[in-house]
Amino acid sequence: MFYREAGDFKVSYADDSQTFPIKFDRVRYYVVLAVAFGIIPFLVNDYWANAILLPFLIYSIAAIGLNILVGYCGQVSLGTGGFMAVGAYACYKLMTAFPEVSMFIHVLLAGGITAVVCVAFGLPSLRIKGFYLAVATLAAQFFLVWLFNRVPWFYNYSASGQINAPERDTFGILITGPNAPAWATYLFCLIFLTFCALVARNLTRGTVGRSWMAIRDMDIAAEIIGVNPLKAKLTAFAVSGFFIGISGALFFAVYLGAVEVGEAFGINKSFLVLFMVILGGLGSIFGSFAGAAFLVLLPVVLKVVGVDLLGWPTDIVAHFQLVIVGALIVVFLIAEPHGMAQLWRVAKEKLRLWPFPH
Amino acid sequence: MKKTLTTLALGAAMAAGPAMADLVFPDLSYRTGPYAAGGIPFSDGYNDYFTLLNERDGGIGGVPAKVIECETGYNTEKGVECYESTKGQGALIYQPLSTGITYQLIPKVTADNIPLHTMGYGRTSAANGEVFSHVFNYPANYWNGASGVVNYLLESNGGDISGKKIALVYHNSAYGKEPIRTLEELSKKHGFELIALPVDHPGQEQKSQWLQIRRERPDNVVMWGWGVMNQVAIQEAANIRFPMENFIGVWWSGAEHDVMPAGDKADGYKAVTFHNVGRDFPVFDDIQKYVVDAGKAAGAGDQVGNVLYNRGMYAAMLAAEAAKTAQDIHGTGDIDAAMMRDGMEALVIDEAKMAALGMPNFGPTFNVSCDNHGGPGLVGVTQWDAESKTWSLISDFKPSDTEVIGKLIEEDSAAYAAENNIEPRCK
Repeated sequence: MFYREAGDFKVSYADDSQTFPIKFDRVRYYVVLAVAFGIIPFLVNDYWANAILLPFLIYSIAAIGLNILVGYCGQVSLGTGGFMAVGAYACYKLMTAFPEVSMFIHVLLAGGITAVVCVAFGLPSLRIKGFYLAVATLAAQFFLVWLFNRVPWFYNYSASGQINAPERDTFGILITGPNAPAWATYLFCLIFLTFCALVARNLTRGTVGRSWMAIRDMDIAAEIIGVNPLKAKLTAFAVSGFFIGISGALFFAVYLGAVEVGEAFGINKSFLVLFMVILGGLGSIFGSFAGAAFLVLLPVVLKVVGVDLLGWPTDIVAHFQLVIVGALIVVFLIAEPHGMAQLWRVAKEKLRLWPFPH
Repeated sequence: MKKTLTTLALGAAMAAGPAMADLVFPDLSYRTGPYAAGGIPFSDGYNDYFTLLNERDGGIGGVPAKVIECETGYNTEKGVECYESTKGQGALIYQPLSTGITYQLIPKVTADNIPLHTMGYGRTSAANGEVFSHVFNYPANYWNGASGVVNYLLESNGGDISGKKIALVYHNSAYGKEPIRTLEELSKKHGFELIALPVDHPGQEQKSQWLQIRRERPDNVVMWGWGVMNQVAIQEAANIRFPMENFIGVWWSGAEHDVMPAGDKADGYKAVTFHNVGRDFPVFDDIQKYVVDAGKAAGAGDQVGNVLYNRGMYAAMLAAEAAKTAQDIHGTGDIDAAMMRDGMEALVIDEAKMAALGMPNFGPTFNVSCDNHGGPGLVGVTQWDAESKTWSLISDFKPSDTEVIGKLIEEDSAAYAAENNIEPRCK
């Protein structure tokens, strides 16, 4: 009916290569942006921002970053937690060293520093692949966490080894610290998410993204047709590291405010983001959003239903949560191995033919 | 139609009613995960004491208390979620039982004007009320604990421990790192050698640490552990035949579930404490009668009288007494979080009060004031008897080295004040 190409004429090359070829999708995209930027900031309160929206936005950035590496370039990484820690500690050092600089710049610089670290740990990927690379990135995870625990310079010699985000602003609006308004922290993260998603989408459609995918699909063939594996792999690590660093910086500075590296950026975080990418869909920007939303919202929903509505004991609900999330992951992987993005793709195909499928 | 409307109205009244009148005490508990063994008894004690007040006295000052439990799993992200979801329901006081979550909540509660009580954990320098207006850690903090351990070793060695080797086995987190600074100062003062051995979360793997202890042969081992780490450490100490009477834990490493797995080999293990142990207090008769026998006990109801159950109950008692003080100050039963803070700052715990509550000599007597949120810092020592499966107090509550600790608190809180532009407020 309303979801089809018919009648939507493409008269230029730009029209032909746009992200959303169907008019309904384009309208929906702008509606989502308008709601996210224009309406939610006026409605958001502390609970919605801190318990649901901020984790969703921040994990989405991390999932996009990891998806570039795993989904588009085919380089398995278990070091996400460690790289997020790099972003967080870089942001902390910058925030305390240059208090008058805007938070935007700190977060971007933290992403840049993480990109450099990520490239350094990506060098072995030129020699090793698959499981062996996963083990190498696992080493990065443990090494980075150990480093931030071990060297007091990173946490400014504080007694407890914790890092605490001081109050910092951008354009005079507080972004970090307890007095930052919910709408400001939400918008700050949303701007970064929009930026990252746009960059990722356009990179993956261009030369760089095509060379990543060529490497992913068959590296020897890619090399023969002229893709430089060194450049392709290292750019994937760099871009991925940049996004993951941004998410780590936001996770520490805006969302939690105080972080202990082993607890916040441990191996569990690496697995969580990897699950988001796999559940959402490898090689899909939408999949990163879907995976992050699924794993952030599901525990909250289960808790609200179990504890607040049904009045069950909290420990039973917490155990149930593990069972249900685990079972859903298994069901998803069996029913739809390509993740939620594939479900969405199939739904769109069906919609195009609806209501006359023959 | 009319019936539906009535039901709806009734439902709305029931949903809105209790939130208006009750005194809300959120319980950020953890009954799952590697730290659940400690989280369960504490939370049971906390819940049961408020149930007792409701059943026996009809609440606090005539207003019923309501405990909202929220599972954190000792995880800071879930802790934030719990805090945000409960603070709108009229929360009077937070006791997260986690140093990590405490660090997160310190700035938040100050901005939201809700008091935070971290009894024997959290940020030690919060004892300085000049800087930390909404954070309380009476009656004792980590640095009191560290100094209490050293004082006890001094006492049992005739006042001289110079040249001795003391190993600190600690949880490699904000919690475990907290005593290091004090122990370093004390090692300078008393001339003992300190060996710090970190154990990573969750602490099941400690072979290398205990190998090092076997090699270095320290005279004493001090432990700053929590959760499964404690049981593993005591088991490992037994495996290398380290004499248990030379092994002493902080108060978070000295409960029944920590020593039970090692069986008879744990006999003689010691731990410091800031409150009494055992169930030889009249209050337990009331808990048995009004809570356990009435089938209203929290959890499985099998923890009554355990060390951490007592601590949870003690935390609830201090919160309830602070609420009473706040009700007296403001002349209203229906207090809010800001009034609760005033009540905590004016809290007086004396022997007569504790005896009236059925807890004679249960903890130290102390007064909280504007500049002192830390209490007296008295530390006792308990020892485990594997035969009778009981902890008993072997050294009475004694003062810690306030000269060293006071200076460190001053220093650390001044750093926090400078970082956050806080003016000292008690003039």
